[in-house]
Amino acid sequence: MDTKRKTELAEIARKIRVGIIDAVYSANSGHPGGSLSIADVLTYLYFEELNIDPANPQWADRDRLVLSKGHCAPGLYSALAHRGYFPVEDLKTFRKTSSYLQGHPDMKHTPGVDMSSGSLGQGTSVSCGMALASKLDGKAQRIYAILGDGETQEGQVWEAAMFAGNMKLSNLVWLIDFNGLQIDGPIAEVMNPTPYDKKFEAFGWNVVECDAHDFDSIEAAYKAARECTDKPTVIISHSTKGKGVSFMENNVAWHGAAPNAEQYEVAMADLGER
Amino acid sequence: MADKIATREAYGKALAEFGAEYENLVVLDADLAAATKTGTFKKAFPDRFFDCGIAENNMIGVATGMSLCGKIPFASSFAMFAAGRSFEQIRNSIGYPHNNVKIGATHAGITVGEDGATHQCNEDIALMRSIPGMVILNPADATEARLAVKAAIEYVGPVYLRFGRMAVPTLFDDDYKFEIGKGVKMAEGTDVALIATGIEVEQALLARDILAAEGISASVINISTIKPLDEELVIAEAKACGAIVTCEEHTIIGGLGSAVTECLAEKCPVPVLRVGINDEFGRSGPAKELVSYYHLDGASIAEKAKAAVALKK
Repeated sequence: MDTKRKTELAEIARKIRVGIIDAVYSANSGHPGGSLSIADVLTYLYFEELNIDPANPQWADRDRLVLSKGHCAPGLYSALAHRGYFPVEDLKTFRKTSSYLQGHPDMKHTPGVDMSSGSLGQGTSVSCGMALASKLDGKAQRIYAILGDGETQEGQVWEAAMFAGNMKLSNLVWLIDFNGLQIDGPIAEVMNPTPYDKKFEAFGWNVVECDAHDFDSIEAAYKAARECTDKPTVIISHSTKGKGVSFMENNVAWHGAAPNAEQYEVAMADLGER
Repeated sequence: MADKIATREAYGKALAEFGAEYENLVVLDADLAAATKTGTFKKAFPDRFFDCGIAENNMIGVATGMSLCGKIPFASSFAMFAAGRSFEQIRNSIGYPHNNVKIGATHAGITVGEDGATHQCNEDIALMRSIPGMVILNPADATEARLAVKAAIEYVGPVYLRFGRMAVPTLFDDDYKFEIGKGVKMAEGTDVALIATGIEVEQALLARDILAAEGISASVINISTIKPLDEELVIAEAKACGAIVTCEEHTIIGGLGSAVTECLAEKCPVPVLRVGINDEFGRSGPAKELVSYYHLDGASIAEKAKAAVALKK
């Protein structure tokens, strides 16, 4: 990727992170840590990878993205807003009673949300169904899902992995946001779901790794997925939970908590807004 | 009446029949195609049939994803594993976004028979009724089962279809009109109304004959759409007869009996007695014997009807 484009994407990612903090701060609740860890991935997907049309969110042949780790809705909403699906200002209505921006993604009321999610594991199967239907119809569209690393403790994820491998859903790409932390602590201590590579290889997947905060690395991973034409691809995306906000980085306390006024100012300064 | 046919048989045949007309119809199963009878569709349209293996939760999600890319999926398993095991997948992936997925659940109720309690789902209607926007169809015979499949295909939104394992008589002619949300009066009566669903429609008709011999006039109503309930018909019968007996092969908690009682308590209070599984689990045995064992048979319904009449002021 050329330097100019990388700089542009970095600026978009910065704005997406600002939107995440604004949304969570306005709601006084929500999930900033895992939203910040996928902010660069969401930037790459919505501004480089996905074949979509914000003016026509229901276009049948569009690529689909299922945010299986639905609690990271602030990340998704901020990416969608900056991509032009709805006003950025509306991020400040997140989780409010009259808002269309629900605590977890609601496909019926939020433009650009391809699937309602939040109950972990379920989005993986839905992405398989989308990929299967698309293949049946011989369409060129591609199906993407983003999973949490803690989410892979759900049995349904492995039912879906078995299905996708058996059905050779080469139009399907999952990305596991491997930030290593879940609510109760480090995933390796709570219930270690790794190694991912050997598990997915055994299930018939193409396995790729990337640095979640390096656009060249993210681009290489999604390119490798496109080049694999006989298997689904999983990208193990090594990330930092809370990336970009100093006091949130690698701190599990920020999985599902909102900053106070003072912390909000620090976050905005970290993100270059002050 | 012609030969007895299980509603699951009619389900499989209907899928294969309508598969020709509806090219976006797809069918999924979880290693039970021979029992749920989706195998009939598989034979006719192998490219549109997907065996998901013994992984019902994933099957529900795959069906959801397919519906979002233009397909009309029927996801099939036994009621226990569809409505029971996958309740939360159905609730969150299908119900909440109101996705266009049809759940074809067979082997509902105690007439599963010899397999016993682990496979006898008496709770599925209660579970599905609690999901906003879910349509629940529980056909009484093969004719209704076929038409319920067609209605579900044409309806846009989630539908739970409940089918049985046991062969039952065909009650309706080929020119029978089926409409989602409409109950059907099977027989007129003035003293008590027997409001039945599924295999219990046959038993309610038997009860009506027993009651007639004792000088009691019972009407028989078939409610094949449990949600949305045909409240107009239920209220009309309550007004006309002044006493109701509900009849279902399902727990009396949360099923048809509850739906009718909830409606009448608010809109036309009359005595309502419920025939169904009385807050207990099933057991192994031949299906027909279990119908009597659990007091779901015509004679038991007739006894309940007499008690209901006695409650009238």
